[in-house]
Amino acid sequence: MRMSLPALSIVLTVSAACAQSPAARTAPDLAAGKTIFEERCSVCHGLDGGGGHGPSLRRKLRHATDMKSLQLAILNGIGTDMPAQWFLSDSELADVAGFVDSLHNLPAEKIPGDPAHGAEIYARLACATCHILDGKGNGFGPDLNEIGALRGAAQLRATVLNPASALPDGFLYVEATTSAGKTVRGVRLNEDSFTIQIRDIAGNFWSLRKSDLIDLKKLRGQTPMPPSAAALSSSDLDDLIAWLASQKGHE
Amino acid sequence: MKTLAVFLIAAASLSAQVPFQRIVDADKEPGNWLTYSRTLNGQRYSPLAEVNTQNVAALKVKWAYQFPDPRTAVSPIVVDGVVYVTGANSAAAIDGRSGRALWQWSRPLPLDYVSIGFGHTNRGPAVLDDKLFVTTLDGYLVALDLKSGAERWSTKAMDYKLGYSMTVAPLAIDGKVILGVSGGEAGIRGFVDAYDAATGKKAWRFWTIPGPGEPGHESWAGDSWKTGGGPAWVTGAYDPDLQLVYWGIGNPGPDWNGDARAGDNLYTDSFVALDAGTGRLRWYFQFTPHDTHDWDSTHVPILFDSEVNGKKRKLMAVANRNAFFYVLDRETGEFITGRPYAKQTWAKGLDAKGRPMLAPNSDPTEKGTLLWPNLNGATNWTSPSYSPQTDFVYVAVREIGGSYYKRNTPYRPGQIFAGGGEDELPPDDTWGAIRALQAETGELRWEFKLFSPPWSGVLSTAGGLVFSGSEEGVFYALDARTGKPLWNFQAGGPVASNPSSFVIDGHQCIAVAADRVLYVFGL
Repeated sequence: MRMSLPALSIVLTVSAACAQSPAARTAPDLAAGKTIFEERCSVCHGLDGGGGHGPSLRRKLRHATDMKSLQLAILNGIGTDMPAQWFLSDSELADVAGFVDSLHNLPAEKIPGDPAHGAEIYARLACATCHILDGKGNGFGPDLNEIGALRGAAQLRATVLNPASALPDGFLYVEATTSAGKTVRGVRLNEDSFTIQIRDIAGNFWSLRKSDLIDLKKLRGQTPMPPSAAALSSSDLDDLIAWLASQKGHE
Repeated sequence: MKTLAVFLIAAASLSAQVPFQRIVDADKEPGNWLTYSRTLNGQRYSPLAEVNTQNVAALKVKWAYQFPDPRTAVSPIVVDGVVYVTGANSAAAIDGRSGRALWQWSRPLPLDYVSIGFGHTNRGPAVLDDKLFVTTLDGYLVALDLKSGAERWSTKAMDYKLGYSMTVAPLAIDGKVILGVSGGEAGIRGFVDAYDAATGKKAWRFWTIPGPGEPGHESWAGDSWKTGGGPAWVTGAYDPDLQLVYWGIGNPGPDWNGDARAGDNLYTDSFVALDAGTGRLRWYFQFTPHDTHDWDSTHVPILFDSEVNGKKRKLMAVANRNAFFYVLDRETGEFITGRPYAKQTWAKGLDAKGRPMLAPNSDPTEKGTLLWPNLNGATNWTSPSYSPQTDFVYVAVREIGGSYYKRNTPYRPGQIFAGGGEDELPPDDTWGAIRALQAETGELRWEFKLFSPPWSGVLSTAGGLVFSGSEEGVFYALDARTGKPLWNFQAGGPVASNPSSFVIDGHQCIAVAADRVLYVFGL
């Protein structure tokens, strides 16, 4: 579902200035907005807006402080994280933005479990070996400082139980072998037609030229993260999820 | 003193004029770049060879010029040491030695202007006699004094409030300036216009969708022709002997829902050959009849002469957005040959006349139809290149599919009119390449693989080089005969423009825009 580029017919750079102006209407049609939301937004934000692969919308939004900025975010997308919905008409945009705006009136998702005990589980599983949370730990794996704001609880649960089933967008584990016989495994940080940049599990940066490689394997669907949480009791698992879900960063 | 002398020569030449004959005879002055594709035949080939396969590894940045907008698409015009550029509603003359502006011009964009389906961009200026010609997003063709940037005249070509816009680099021919419109996602009725270069008075208009009583009108059901799209937003080519203007026509609208526009929808997704004096249609060739995938045929055509079955022919080559490569007779529009040059799943092939034989279930649906190429096509608006040294056409190829879906769309003036949308395949399921195709047949001679689908044009040079760029910001040189990479430079932003080459102070330069920056390289 992700688009690397906003899919415009000509070359696509949507600047904020090219936003459509809202049609003159009294109120958005929330039922129509819900239909658009279910088609275009729910894959990441969840059918009820409670989050999933993408953040929950049942809260104060980080990229939209009012209806105008909400419409702009939907129309133009958010960086590489959210695809632009440039093909929506003014009225469709107003409808779906109205529906998204209505979500924050819904109660926040109820998450069972004891976050304080979850913190102990987090420590026991040594998650900080690879993750930074509350500013502490090692930065090999994804940043967890705001993970509770970026992912819904169900997605967090799926990830800790089976990390390979729920890799973040853009996450790719790779193995590069140089012509000198050196093999590097790690997270791909960046890549172009001529070079690749990798961070290995020890935190080393590797800057490699493809012309110096004899092999470059994209280890799709693989992750160095162990499914450690799969062995937890269901109440310990609830506590760990509650702890992760409570990490909202600078909200 | 030597420096001063050179400067004075350059300064003196600033007053030089660019009569049309200089553009026709562009090969006599390979150090200048006098029209969009350097030559009127669309080849984007430079006869300069100072930078070549032996020394390109030493290519370095000489200067850089910054624009306010991202993804600068400009292809500069270079006249006697001065580099003329455009941005959205703006233009500048740059000293080719220092990179410093000699003058700058801009025209305010109305606050209620909106781009529907594209960014705030402009692909470049045109030059003729003592004027620089610039199109604006809000629908004006403006003639600027080459020496000062002062306006000589400006003509309103269209009403942006109906969804029309202009991003095109105009094409200057003998006494006239040709342009085409944007707005294929806004329910426009497209056109190609010619204006008198001296006065700005409209000389002719070719509607890309025939009106009632005109041939081709029957290819549109009901009133669908009125909002049928057919923009013309990429610069064409010109044959001064045949006095024919060749222009690529864009997609029908609504893009992904063809239900209300039964028929072939002429002249969308076609090339048209127009009489330069009158704008009358001489011939057309439609690549994608009744398109429901947004495959504008807005390409720069490559005009070249070669033998077909032992007979010398005037030809046109087009690597089309629909993933087929075509060779046409440019005197008659006759289809000569065609074949896929990238992955495509929408057609079983082309028939003897070049018409596609559709694969089943290729139309967008409510749920989505996965198809190659995606809506941005197997190549897009950026220019291919043809090298007479190799007889290859070099194309930036996008290997990417997408899931097309269809919706109902009411027409409202100045609003998006697309009838659906598309989800691209994710990164790492897509890739790109520069492919060298035999000009007469489209047969693959070599390819250089790219990490992602490119948005860059291609330049070939007599130095045996092919230059192009990538979305990851790499600008690079390949061996034109083999595709072997010989040099690359990380420009810090995506290359979504066409490279060019010219001479400053007696030495060859290579130029390309990457995101907000125009880079000029030399040895």
